[in-house]
Amino acid sequence: MSEKIRVLLAKPGLDGHDRGIKVIAAAFRDAGFEVIYTGLRQTPENIVNAAIQEDVDAVGVSILSGAHMTLFPAILNLLKEKKADQIILFGGGIIPDEDVAALEKSGVDKLFTPGATTEETVKYLREAVAKRKRDEKII
Amino acid sequence: MTVLEKFLSGDQAALARIITFIEDRQEKYREVLARLYPQSGRAVKIGFTGPPGAGKSSLVNSIARLLLARGHRIGIIAVDPTSPFTGGALLGDRIRMVDMPTDGSVYIRSMATRGSSGGLAAATGNVATALDAFGFDFILIETVGVGQVELDIVDTCDTVIVVLVPESGDAIQALKAGLMEIADIFAINKADRPGSENIVAELNMVLELKRNKIEWDLPVIATEAINNKNIDRLLEKIDAHLGYIKTSGLFEKHRREQIKNKLFGVMQFHFNNLIRQEIGRITDLDKVISDIYEGKSDPFTVGESLLKKISGIQPLH
Ligand SMILES: Nc1nc2c(ncn2[C@@H]2O[C@H](COP(=O)(O)OP(=O)(O)OP(=O)(O)O)[C@@H](O)[C@H]2O)c(=O)[nH]1
Ligand SMILES: [Mg+2]
Repeated sequence: MSEKIRVLLAKPGLDGHDRGIKVIAAAFRDAGFEVIYTGLRQTPENIVNAAIQEDVDAVGVSILSGAHMTLFPAILNLLKEKKADQIILFGGGIIPDEDVAALEKSGVDKLFTPGATTEETVKYLREAVAKRKRDEKII
Repeated sequence: MTVLEKFLSGDQAALARIITFIEDRQEKYREVLARLYPQSGRAVKIGFTGPPGAGKSSLVNSIARLLLARGHRIGIIAVDPTSPFTGGALLGDRIRMVDMPTDGSVYIRSMATRGSSGGLAAATGNVATALDAFGFDFILIETVGVGQVELDIVDTCDTVIVVLVPESGDAIQALKAGLMEIADIFAINKADRPGSENIVAELNMVLELKRNKIEWDLPVIATEAINNKNIDRLLEKIDAHLGYIKTSGLFEKHRREQIKNKLFGVMQFHFNNLIRQEIGRITDLDKVISDIYEGKSDPFTVGESLLKKISGIQPLH
C-alpha cells in the first residue's frame, strides 16, 4: 500500500488569525495529504507531542506574531530532545530575511514568506518528504 | 533495537510508527499484528458516533479527562473522512482535545477513512489492537459522523454512545436512521440549547418499547460538553453498561462475535487479493469482456467458471 504524507499544521502564539493556515490546509488536502490541524494558540510542547503521536512526516507552523525567533528554536529543541528530529519542520509568516537565514541554518527546513503560492508549498513538502530516509527496522 | 521492541518497552513514538505501519499496510504489517494480538483484549473500547458537529470530540475529551483522573491510561482514535476526489483529508478532531497531559497517560491518533464507508477506517480495528497491546485501559473511538448509521463502531467497541443534539430533529428520525439499534447510551449534547428537553422526552418515549424487551435501560443523558455538565453522569452510565454486559455474558458473546468477524475479514482480504491477482492473469480479459458486451455471454456464467479456475472453490448457491 502507499505511504501517505501526513503533516501537522499548527499556529502557536497569541495572534488569532488562522485564515492563512486554513488555506494551506485545504491545499495540502487537495494534494492528497492527510492534514492534522490542532487549532490556535498551541504551545511548542503540545505541537511536538501531537506530531509524535500522529507520526507525521512534517510539522508546518505559521507565526505572524513576531515570536518566530523563540518559537521555532523551542520546537526544534523539543523535537531533538524527544529524538523526533526526523520530523521536518517548516513554516511561514512575516519573517525578515536575516531571521529566515538564521532559522534555516539552525534546522528549520524551509520558511515561506508572504507571496509564496500554495503550489510552491505543496511541491516543497512532497520533495522534502521524498528526500528523507528513515533508518529503522520494524520487526 | 527494532521499532517493535521499542513498542514493547513502552515507547510512545514507536507505538505511533507501528500504527502508521499498520495503517499503510506496509510489508509485514500482518506479522506485526500477529505479534501484538495475543497481548490485546484487556482494554475496554467505547465508541462515540452521531451527526457532524454534535460534539463527539468534545465528549471524548471530557470523558477522557474523567478517566485520566481515575488513574487510567487512555488511547483515543478519531476518524475523519478522506476526500474521495483527492485522497487527502483534513483531520480536525484534535482541536477539541488540546491541553491533554503530555506524560504518556493519553495518546491521541487521528485517522482518515481512506475509502471506507462504515464510519471508521478499514485499519481502525487493527489500530485499536495496537493501542490495547500497548497497555491502555480504555480506548475511545470517534466515528466520522456523516449522519448515516455507522455500523463499524458496533463491531469494534464494547459500549456505543450515540451523540445527538437538540437540532437533530425528532427522535423518530433517529429511529429511522437505525441509531436505536447501535446505541447503548444516548447523549443529547448541547443541552444548553433550546429544545433539549423535548428531544430527551421524545427519545425516552420511543425507547420505552425497546426497553421492555431488553434488560438494559438504554439511558438518555443530557450533556453539555463545553460546560463539563453531566459528563460524570455519562461516565456512570458507561460504567453501568460495562457492568451489565459483563455480568450478563454479553461482553464475552460480543467479543466472540467480533473475533468471528475479524477471522472472516482476514479471509476475505486474502481472497479479494487472490481474485484481483487472478483477474490480472487472464490474458484474454478484453475478449471475455467483449463477449459479455456483445451479448454472447454473461457475467454470471463467466464469473462462476473463473472462480472455479482460481482455487477449485465451488461458488455457493
Ligand atoms: N453550545 C454547545 N456547543 C458545544 C457543546 N459541545 C460541543 N460544542 C461545540 O460544537 C462544535 C462541534 O463540536 P465537536 O466536538 O467538534 O463535534 P464533533 O461531533 O466531534 O464534530 P465532527 O467530528 O466534525 O463531526 C464545537 O464548536 C464545540 O465547541 C455543548 O455542550 N454546547
Ligand atoms: Mg469530531
